[in-house]
Amino acid sequence: MTTTAVIEPRMELEQNLHMYRQMAKIRAFEEQVNELYKSAKMPGLAHLYVGEEGVAVGVCEALRRDDFITSTHRGHGHCLAKGASVNRMFAELLGKEAGYCRGKGGSMHIADPETGNLGANAIVGGSAGIATGAALSAKMRGSGQVAVCFFGDGALGQGLLYEAMNMAALWKLPVVYVCENNLYGEYTPCGETVAGEILARARAFGIHAEGVDGQDVQLVNAVMRRLVERARRGEGPAFVECKTYRYYGHHVGDVNREYRTREEEREWMTQHDPLETLSSRLTAQGLADASVFERIQTDVKAEVDAGVQFALAAAYPEATEIDQHVYA
Amino acid sequence: MSERELTYGEAVREAIAEEMRRDPRVFLIGEDVAEAGHPFKVLTGLVQEFGTDRIIDTPISEPGYAGIGVGAAMTGMRPIVDVMFGDFITLAMDQIVNQAAKVHYMSGGKLKVPIVFRTTLGATRRSAAQHSQSLHAWVSHIPGLKVALPSSPYEAKGLMKSAIRDDSPVVIFEDKMMYRIKGPVPEGDYLVPFGVAEVKRAGTDVTIVATSSMVQVALGAAAMLDEVGLHAEVIDPRTTFPLDKQTLIDSAKKTSRAIVVDEGYERYGVTAEIAAVIAEGAFYHLDAPVRRIGAMDVPVPFSPVLEDLTVPTEKAVFEVAKALCGKP
Repeated sequence: MTTTAVIEPRMELEQNLHMYRQMAKIRAFEEQVNELYKSAKMPGLAHLYVGEEGVAVGVCEALRRDDFITSTHRGHGHCLAKGASVNRMFAELLGKEAGYCRGKGGSMHIADPETGNLGANAIVGGSAGIATGAALSAKMRGSGQVAVCFFGDGALGQGLLYEAMNMAALWKLPVVYVCENNLYGEYTPCGETVAGEILARARAFGIHAEGVDGQDVQLVNAVMRRLVERARRGEGPAFVECKTYRYYGHHVGDVNREYRTREEEREWMTQHDPLETLSSRLTAQGLADASVFERIQTDVKAEVDAGVQFALAAAYPEATEIDQHVYA
Repeated sequence: MSERELTYGEAVREAIAEEMRRDPRVFLIGEDVAEAGHPFKVLTGLVQEFGTDRIIDTPISEPGYAGIGVGAAMTGMRPIVDVMFGDFITLAMDQIVNQAAKVHYMSGGKLKVPIVFRTTLGATRRSAAQHSQSLHAWVSHIPGLKVALPSSPYEAKGLMKSAIRDDSPVVIFEDKMMYRIKGPVPEGDYLVPFGVAEVKRAGTDVTIVATSSMVQVALGAAAMLDEVGLHAEVIDPRTTFPLDKQTLIDSAKKTSRAIVVDEGYERYGVTAEIAAVIAEGAFYHLDAPVRRIGAMDVPVPFSPVLEDLTVPTEKAVFEVAKALCGKP
């Protein structure tokens, strides 16, 4: 069953504006990452989260600071939504010592234990076990923490996910599997790679599963608050499929996007944009006006501009760093 | 008073039980580990003492429970992940190699993975090609992993305890043919340190470096060499990483001849690495090329007459040593 009915906006305006700010920050961050790539200031590639902001923010705003997340190769949004700083994120993307991983992880491996972020993972589906293990650990330690496993529709092809979900269901672990279905696994439409019903896969394990419009941050947040608290109460894992869309290609270098149409992209950007969806709803409800959102946009752009300047000016790691942290 | 003797399997069990009593964060997870006590009966009795919350039976899902172990280790627990046969580490390789081994480094040292993968090696159990391999070279190759190879009940207890207390991922390979072998094992707490080779037998004419199952073979060959007037020094590195290079090099310098014996496949194997270490470190002291003796480069055959041909024997080591020393 897909949750399609619009949930009445009961949340405080402050919380809604905070979610808007977080989404705007992620978008401004990612647009800046693309600029860094195009101007050859960033080593390697990055997988941009633009278009999917409603998922990360809706999910992470339902979590405690000490709740865990595991992230993906398209992970900047998850890290920021869980509380990472723009400065240290940019520094990591540029391979600087001030980065979250001292420049040794890069775009696809940002981890920040202080905000419960157990790390982005460049193996598709590779963190399904880790998130489930974090949930087992939380249960064994009696900490009341919940783990969220972010993954894309591409990870639905990985057996590890089903092994982990099976054990999570058997042991009633406090974990929520969040499938970000952006319709493409790398360069291939998910219709070519996913048989049957996605939610039915989770339900086969007896896992509570529901679908949600990932472009509606309020809906995502409402669903997640319910499922996270359910998990925290010991009632077991859940699975959420968030329908969403990546505005850019698989990564910053995928500019031609032969596998999808410009019409489809335009439709998502103009009809299903997560920032626009929230701002126009709050505006229509008379709770905020355009100036509020403009101010937030100005603020986050300033934060992002300062962050990128911080990172550009930051030092690279010393060569002596290279064999540090191979072993603990 | 004669020293207490335990079997190799009992020594493993005692190490795990003592560590679980000492540290509530230690738990064990894997297939058939609880009531069944493991197919080799190494874990019998543990579930009675520690309960199913800490001796956890899993589905037959090596990648799944390996990943769950990694996640638990990253979040405050110290799991022992039981991989029933060494051949099955291939199934869990992503979690061992891409996750456990890399998390500390990729996170710039912020996350630790104090996990033990305990598994087996060794042929001649008539178990054929998928239950008989000695794959420790695979993981010895990977920066971020430590690899221990206990060759006696004494080492089985002491190395296991060191592995459990290590803050880095450790893969410990037990020789499945040795579980019923008895030997002296001190009561109570002691550790066998990683990276410290043990001179099992001093000698002057040839150095035989032997690991795990091959230590007894080397000692048998040394006894045969005594009879022809050649005195072999037998050294057990005990861990392939960290590797005690200096002890091996010093011995080869002393004897001027070296043979390396290991039950892994000979090509690209542990024997090749250790032979290179000795050749580089003791070159000007050597009177002969360093010789390698590993398992034959064939899938382990079922038929006993064939299987027995694949594994290094005392006679084979004896013949190579004799020839190396120029004895007819």
